[in-house]
Amino acid sequence: MYERMVLIRAFEEACVQLYMEKEIRGSFHPCVGQEATAVGACFALNPDDYMTCTYRGHGACIAKGIDVNAAMAEMLGRRTGVSKGKGGSMHWTDPSIGLLGENAIVAAGVPIAAGAALSAQLDRNGRVALTIFGDGAINQGAFHEALNIAQLWKLPLILLCENNLYAEMTPLAKSNPLAQVADRAKGYNMRAVVVDGNDVCAVYDAVREAARLARAGEGPTFIEARTYRLLGHMIGDSESYRTKEEVAAWRERDPIKRLRAHLAQAEGVTDAEFDAIHARVQQQIEDAVKFARESPYPDPEEAYTDFWI
Amino acid sequence: MRELTYTQALREALTEEMERDPNIILMGEDIGAYGGVFRVTEGLLARFGPERVRDTPISEAGFIGMGVGLAMTGKRPVPELMFMDFALVAADSILNQAAKMRAMSGGRVKVPMVIRTQQGGGRGNGAQHSQSFEALFTHIPGFKVALPATPADAKGLLKSALRDENPVMFIEHKLLYNTKGPVPDGEYIIPLGVADVKREGQDLTIVSYSRQLLFALEAAETLQREHGISAEVIDLRCTVPMDIETIVESLRKTHRLLITHESHASCGVGAEIAMRVMETAFDELDAPIMRVAGLDVPIHVSKTLEEVVLPQPGAIVRGALRLMNGK
Repeated sequence: MYERMVLIRAFEEACVQLYMEKEIRGSFHPCVGQEATAVGACFALNPDDYMTCTYRGHGACIAKGIDVNAAMAEMLGRRTGVSKGKGGSMHWTDPSIGLLGENAIVAAGVPIAAGAALSAQLDRNGRVALTIFGDGAINQGAFHEALNIAQLWKLPLILLCENNLYAEMTPLAKSNPLAQVADRAKGYNMRAVVVDGNDVCAVYDAVREAARLARAGEGPTFIEARTYRLLGHMIGDSESYRTKEEVAAWRERDPIKRLRAHLAQAEGVTDAEFDAIHARVQQQIEDAVKFARESPYPDPEEAYTDFWI
Repeated sequence: MRELTYTQALREALTEEMERDPNIILMGEDIGAYGGVFRVTEGLLARFGPERVRDTPISEAGFIGMGVGLAMTGKRPVPELMFMDFALVAADSILNQAAKMRAMSGGRVKVPMVIRTQQGGGRGNGAQHSQSFEALFTHIPGFKVALPATPADAKGLLKSALRDENPVMFIEHKLLYNTKGPVPDGEYIIPLGVADVKREGQDLTIVSYSRQLLFALEAAETLQREHGISAEVIDLRCTVPMDIETIVESLRKTHRLLITHESHASCGVGAEIAMRVMETAFDELDAPIMRVAGLDVPIHVSKTLEEVVLPQPGAIVRGALRLMNGK
């Protein structure tokens, strides 16, 4: 889990650099600081379980097992990208790992995951669907409609809200009247738990239990994971809505730093072992950037392909 | 050949295809226990059970979004919008999600979903229950769009839609459900995107679809009887794919084109047909193309007003006469 979290961090930091150098076009919403929710959740699932997430979903996709070379190539708009350069940062999709798409509309992935959960329920194949979304999604209609149906039909669905305290640039308290996001689930008579989203083990345990219940026919669980994005909403965000002190305080609670301290103390992992992990990840990212840069752009005629069947 | 109503023909298509393909799942408001407000799905709950015929809460964005998830995981969902007007409640699920999912994933997923709905006016249902949105789904790429006018076409096109790998917007008309017509016995399908010459003629070509096609046929009858004008009437049947070739073929004979649809004139399908004809067959035209379409105002309830907003057969006759007289 530690290595995967470090991989996500390194991937995002490389993308920030590539974005500043104008090698990445369009929108890019880094998930730096939220690695524990992504890894904790995905490691608690089976490889064939379904997942949807949002445009801040690189972490979740990497945690679920997306090919990092193809992901980086997608960022650079190359034909070898996970979506052949057609989806970009916000639309990574890979059905081979159960990934039914990041989504550029904040709550749209919730009903899509509910549909996948219904599919699993109909096929009685024991799969569950996980949908990861932010606190900005909980005020959109599709979110509420999906929660209502998911509970009504007892779908094997896990709803993981990454509460990072800001919906784009708006603080949570200014966008919804609830003291805690998990209370949204009460209106649907849905089981809900709150976890420390920067504690990878806490997220893992919560998702593991939600998956167990879902597979047992006990229906959906809503999990509020409290976390924080250490970078802006997107590259170029002035971050005028929060203080440097607040960001610094959350840097102290950096999930990677915390897991490292825990592993060193409880498991006796040495600095040399950590260094080896970081070196391995660094190499993997360098290879991915090299792979992406050396990959061809799509040909103009590919604008018409991969659309109609 | 048997006579069936439009409703019976649709139900027969659903029944046959659900027997053939266990992945077809119907979802919508009051489609199960109640049998659907237009009775199309009557009896299907008893036949196929509650897992495949699912009554949903009033949640168009939710259950169409779920349809996308079902389709991406191997099912063939058929969500029903009770009224086309409600598509706007689910616009994101339909136009941002279903329509784009395949392209955004570089072809890695498909969304074989058929959204069944009905549209149109003529019954005094007012501005939020009478609209026709085929132009919207023709404009934004991603959906095939079918608008059958006859029971036989309704059955054959719906069967095709249920076998298509792409999302399909299947648009019925509320005033066609009780119409009757011959429907072939046995298995048949009608491919999506092939227009049909419903009446042959020499002097002008009238293109239409859905209920307006019946008005076009009525107008053609009047033109023949009262004015000695022979109109060829083409049923476009689908706006995506759009079969311009059949229209051009007809124009090589008639050299005059009138397009009529119930939906609003501005940026409507008629404008698109006219442009494509201009691009591909301008030299065939002996007169400017004529359009008879809905007024660009909301659809009023009172009969005297609704009949002004929605083009009646008389308006098509008047349009055709102007076209023939060059005035």
